[in-house]
Amino acid sequence: MTSGARAVGGRLLTPTFKVMLVLWAAATAVGVVRFTQGLGAVTAMNDGYPWGLWIAFDVVVGTGLASGGYAIALLVFVLNRGRYHPLVRPAILTSALGYSVAGIAVMFDVGRYWALWKVPLMPWRWNTSSILLEVALCIMAYLAVLLVELSPALLERWARGRHLRREAFAARWLPRLSRALPFVIALGLVLPTMHQSSLGSLLVVAGTKVHPLWHTGALPLLFLLTAFGMGYAVLYFETIFSSAAFGRPLETRLLGSLGVFIAGVILAFVAVRFAGLMGAGRLGLTVTSGTLSFFFWAETLLLLSAAGLFLQQWVHASPVTQLQAALLALAGGALYRIDAFLVAFQPGHGWRYFPSLGEILITLGFIATETMLYIVAVRRFPILAGVSVAAAERLPAGVQEGAAS
Amino acid sequence: MPTVSRRTVLGTLGGAAALAAAPAPASARAPKPPHGDDLGLLFDSTRCVGCRGCVARCREANALPEDVKLVDGAPYDAPLDLNDRTLTIIKRTGDGPGDAYVKAQCMHCADPACVSVCMLGALHKGERGVVAYDVDRCVGCRYCQVACPFNVPRFQWSSATPRIVKCELCRHRWREGKGAACAEACPRDAVVFGTRAELRAEAHRRLDAEPGRYRGGVYGEREGGGTGVLVLSALPFTALGLPALGPEPVPALGETIQHGIYQGFVAPVALFGALAWVTWRNRRASGGGEEEP
Repeated sequence: MTSGARAVGGRLLTPTFKVMLVLWAAATAVGVVRFTQGLGAVTAMNDGYPWGLWIAFDVVVGTGLASGGYAIALLVFVLNRGRYHPLVRPAILTSALGYSVAGIAVMFDVGRYWALWKVPLMPWRWNTSSILLEVALCIMAYLAVLLVELSPALLERWARGRHLRREAFAARWLPRLSRALPFVIALGLVLPTMHQSSLGSLLVVAGTKVHPLWHTGALPLLFLLTAFGMGYAVLYFETIFSSAAFGRPLETRLLGSLGVFIAGVILAFVAVRFAGLMGAGRLGLTVTSGTLSFFFWAETLLLLSAAGLFLQQWVHASPVTQLQAALLALAGGALYRIDAFLVAFQPGHGWRYFPSLGEILITLGFIATETMLYIVAVRRFPILAGVSVAAAERLPAGVQEGAAS
Repeated sequence: MPTVSRRTVLGTLGGAAALAAAPAPASARAPKPPHGDDLGLLFDSTRCVGCRGCVARCREANALPEDVKLVDGAPYDAPLDLNDRTLTIIKRTGDGPGDAYVKAQCMHCADPACVSVCMLGALHKGERGVVAYDVDRCVGCRYCQVACPFNVPRFQWSSATPRIVKCELCRHRWREGKGAACAEACPRDAVVFGTRAELRAEAHRRLDAEPGRYRGGVYGEREGGGTGVLVLSALPFTALGLPALGPEPVPALGETIQHGIYQGFVAPVALFGALAWVTWRNRRASGGGEEEP
């Protein structure tokens, strides 16, 4: 009943951690103003741009970046690629953190946060036409699933501890969890499939506002594909980051063989998008839309160059190009989602939006909180696997600098 | 290492793709046509002289605070647009001689986007076709604002306990036998309150009497599936700031896609079953124990 994962250990209060604490404190101060003075006091959102940075980045991009757990579960448990198993637990941890942050960001963003309990608990009020309702319920349920998927990490720590009652509890529940796992994992795949695609469907109703380069009936499929692309890319980033930050062995060859999956997902995204534009006779808009044409091509080129580098991993795996590929794919996916929700969202003449300092500080505070929780979790709980490849490779010096935590 | 057959893999992936991209049957959504006895407004922009009497009377009837602005040091109730305390507004389309005044307020769509997207039905179709708001069901998510093609719902940005603010056609006055206050205030019959059947008849009477005065028919008879507020104009409707909507209701495409994917919840349940089965089989084949996350 061991998973091969071990706590990294080590000191918590590193300089990086202290910077994160400062960001957290600044965000908390802004948060106090938001909850006492209203959203207008700290945000630049307005009646034309009712959704700003918190929804577009913290929720829509954030849960995309948190799709690592979704992507790896499909690969390991359904497609049965057992050799990727060491990537599962850290991916599920970052997913749980990302989704938690998205949930908290929603608490900050909605005006009447104290009424949010009514969404899951008043089913007789549910408007089944509301795509946002489906997204909200799915995200809540998925967060619960992620915590169940993560619970063996806590229980294993208890099982090895000296606390007798905790040890007994762990001994009783670990096998039960193990038996229920196929159903938990399946739920952990269906729920993100539903809400990641529905994040795109959210914008279908705003047909007069979302620019035609982004507005298409294929929005749900495009958002699902970006969830996969970003999810796999995040696995790369995470693995290389924890190698640099915690002196972990690199998984270069393991990741290299994964490259072809990601390249395929990204190319499928680009193909669906261009096919949709062609079908609607909108290809011309890709060059005649001014700034928006620029953003369209920025997304496309980021994703295509990422796909190229991922394909290269198949032939010649190297940690440096892996990191580059992951960052390009994450940037491309994130830019697509931000563009769809903010840049290509045009409510009419006279409306403008650019996130305020307060909004940016709160978002940075969320990222800092997430990072701190990740560091605490991997240092204290069995998340990261032991050496999984015969020869533990080390990062080249250039990559290791700057990521040391 | 045990492997899954290619067919299983493709089947599972196919299920996921079908879930996201299932072509929706055209009949998935029941039409919600406007009714002749729905209440609404007729706005005739060719008769409006921009006195803003309707704006003032609306504020009074709905007990909303003034939106005071200083003009050369003197205070005026001078809202520039619909906002958290202004349910209707008169704006000028330009400053040339051929330009017109235009009144904005909730259009009370027959099949409204805001109602379609509202999670708990805070915005809902109330009696006589009015789009009504119930603050007890609102969480302040502002999806209604994203969805409304007319940018009508407004949010109380400077309140710690904010609500959505929009015209509800003075439904609180109906019991007293009164209609919309804005229509009551209008000295030139530019704003008329009545049932949809009456308003349509009046609009066509005006069109037939002076065909040269108007252009483009009656906005709201078909646009976006029909709106409770009808508009007559001498200018193209887009010049009045009204969106160019087809006869399809605004929420139709999104709902059709969503209901197509989730019809009877068959696809998600089937996907769950397939994934659970494949995972269970893979685990059993690989010896169970070591495969927990």
